[in-house]
Amino acid sequence: MLGRLTWAAIPINEPLPIISGAAVGLFVLAVLITITVKGWWPYLWREWLTSVDHKRIGIMYIVLGLVMLLRGFSDAIMMRTQQAIAVGTAQGYLPPEHYDQVFSAHGTIMIFFVAMPLVIGLMNFAVPLQLGVRDVAFPVLNSISLWLTATGALLINASLVIGNFARTGWMAYPPLSELAFSPDVGVDYYLWSLQISGVGSLLTGINFVTTILKLRAPGMTYFRMPVFCWTALASSLLIVAAFPILTATFIMLLLDRHLGMHFFTNDAGGNQMMYVNLFWAWGHPEVYILILPAFGIYSEVVATFSGKALFSYRSMVWATLGICILSFMVWLHHFFTMGAGADVNAFFGIMSSVIAVPTGVKVFNWLFTMFRGRIVFKTPMLFAVGFIVTFAIGGLTGVLLAVPPVDFVLHNSTFLVAHFHNVIIGGVLFGVLAGINYWFPKAFGFTLDERLGRASFWCWLIGFYLAFMPLYALGLMGMTRRLEHIPDPSWQPLLLVAEAGAIVILCAILCQIAQLYVSIRTREQRRDLTGDPWNGRTLEWSTSSPPPDYNFAVLPRVDSIDAFWHLKLAGRPPAAPAYEAIEMPRNSPAGFVTAFFAVVMGFSLIWQIWWLAILGFAAAATVVLIAGWSIEREHEISAAELARMERVR
Amino acid sequence: MDGPEHVFDDRTPGVGEHEPTATYLSYTVGLGLAILATIASFVVSQTDWLWSPGIPVGLIVLAFAQIGVHLVFFLHLGSGPDSTNNVLALAFGVLIVFLVITGSVWIIANLNSNMMPMSP
Repeated sequence: MLGRLTWAAIPINEPLPIISGAAVGLFVLAVLITITVKGWWPYLWREWLTSVDHKRIGIMYIVLGLVMLLRGFSDAIMMRTQQAIAVGTAQGYLPPEHYDQVFSAHGTIMIFFVAMPLVIGLMNFAVPLQLGVRDVAFPVLNSISLWLTATGALLINASLVIGNFARTGWMAYPPLSELAFSPDVGVDYYLWSLQISGVGSLLTGINFVTTILKLRAPGMTYFRMPVFCWTALASSLLIVAAFPILTATFIMLLLDRHLGMHFFTNDAGGNQMMYVNLFWAWGHPEVYILILPAFGIYSEVVATFSGKALFSYRSMVWATLGICILSFMVWLHHFFTMGAGADVNAFFGIMSSVIAVPTGVKVFNWLFTMFRGRIVFKTPMLFAVGFIVTFAIGGLTGVLLAVPPVDFVLHNSTFLVAHFHNVIIGGVLFGVLAGINYWFPKAFGFTLDERLGRASFWCWLIGFYLAFMPLYALGLMGMTRRLEHIPDPSWQPLLLVAEAGAIVILCAILCQIAQLYVSIRTREQRRDLTGDPWNGRTLEWSTSSPPPDYNFAVLPRVDSIDAFWHLKLAGRPPAAPAYEAIEMPRNSPAGFVTAFFAVVMGFSLIWQIWWLAILGFAAAATVVLIAGWSIEREHEISAAELARMERVR
Repeated sequence: MDGPEHVFDDRTPGVGEHEPTATYLSYTVGLGLAILATIASFVVSQTDWLWSPGIPVGLIVLAFAQIGVHLVFFLHLGSGPDSTNNVLALAFGVLIVFLVITGSVWIIANLNSNMMPMSP
């Protein structure tokens, strides 16, 4: 009846997951009780949970990403602490079985449920505003994407207290992830939560490709789009092209595990290296799915805070598109050591170096944009400058690792760990934080506290260098990744430095929480009444902060790149614009309800409660079909009504 | 403005976009051709009308024909200016599929040739 689910699934004898799970559970309960007591449910349901407004969906993605960042970071600081103390005869505080789950969960969460939601959230918030339109192409689908991503996040957190998580690392390579070596639910949690959230990511990709190709303000030709829209387009194209590979690979692994097939087993003609190959055929484009939108954010931030047009917009666009194609030609550099011949390794080594060229073009463009600009060092700009320096280092160690003989020495060492944290923290995360600080006033109508923002930036920067530069050195000294126990005491001093770095990063996160708290408390003094707090260049700054539901009462007319900048140079548009009736999408509970049934389905699939899984799937499919066939999807705002709303604002 | 803008000049919302016109007839023809290609692949695989080593080639040809029928009759992929986006997207998809498939075949074949021979 309940498949593999029994009371034994709750790890009562392991204090750590139970205590942390109980703490999280109590916190969630407190939040729910507060909402109920204050009577906020109708508001929450009407304005947020069922919202199909791209701005609100974007904000919810970012909230999800930030909450999961706390989870992923607590995993990180647990690992750092374990490695700092479990040296020589000391065994530390995490048993191997638990430590393996922690590093697997850390990687999976940080990529799929922190980086992806944050990047997609900013795309959701900013792209339609920058394009000068009222929503994405498929608003209800957008809501479904969000809630399916949240479903995956919920399932992966459930593994903390019900059953366990994978002990395979975040790539879940077979044969370790096959049934013979991972018979429990850990790998199933991994596979099903990623399958469900992967559907959400794919739908987002389709949505944004369509939005950017089909919905733009009148006159906004491709080469008048802001660079962030270009990078969002490239990233969405990569999502559409790459995520099906991951889904298919996971389906094959699931067939191996559930139906006794042999895609990736060593017996019966399977090939475990095919999994590695396919995983990275998705995995490398995924790196660019995350970093390209971050590049776009830096382009916007650097141009805005230098008071200049972006240097060589065209080369920026072509570099983005070049990276988009090249990112599908380098994936073997993740497994140079698997035993392929010199031809294969040489080809992918050269391609991996080649992809650094368009990235280098971008770095020079940012530098030339700043050159002789009137630079204003607000928090987003600090993150952008910190990124340029940090990312250059991470890129160079990447080119180093692209040389196959070097990779044979450094493969699986902490040098590699330092490299990819260097580009993901110094590239993606700094970009997202720059973007949050940059667009926050647009989203909420008041600016974030600058002093705490700076403090958080410096803590992130210093903490990052303290935490990861030692890992480069340790990698060269021979330390492999994922060590639960440190055999060589001479590594301990550097590991203690890395631990200190993790604590400084903790300070950075605390500064950000304080920044949010203080800014909300003092919001009346920091209202942004102009809608253009940074003297921005692109269309999102031409509407009020926060923008109305419909973004623009009258769609802007675009004649050039940096449309708003030129509008400002030419003087304000006439005071009484001619309003026309507009159509806006209605709210829809489809996303939330689909996700509810997807949770039921995912959980039952993990625990092999087949009847419930079938019911959950049928219900979710029914909801999607009903939403798909509904006709009353839009409501009209008449011209008179629109004029009234515009007067009130 | 200059050059490539005109090449990529795409219609934007509010500029009166019309969907490609599809008729009852074109859908019927498409359905007929799709069924024909399906039946033909069954025939090719179940009979010895084709020289037996040529059967996989025949199936691949029919598969591509099927894709073509779907693209033209159901997804309305044409050569008109409206289809530029769709043709580009298709080209991108074909390129990626080509890269991933040939890359994987090359990598795994290269790997196998470097493996120790299995004892029979």
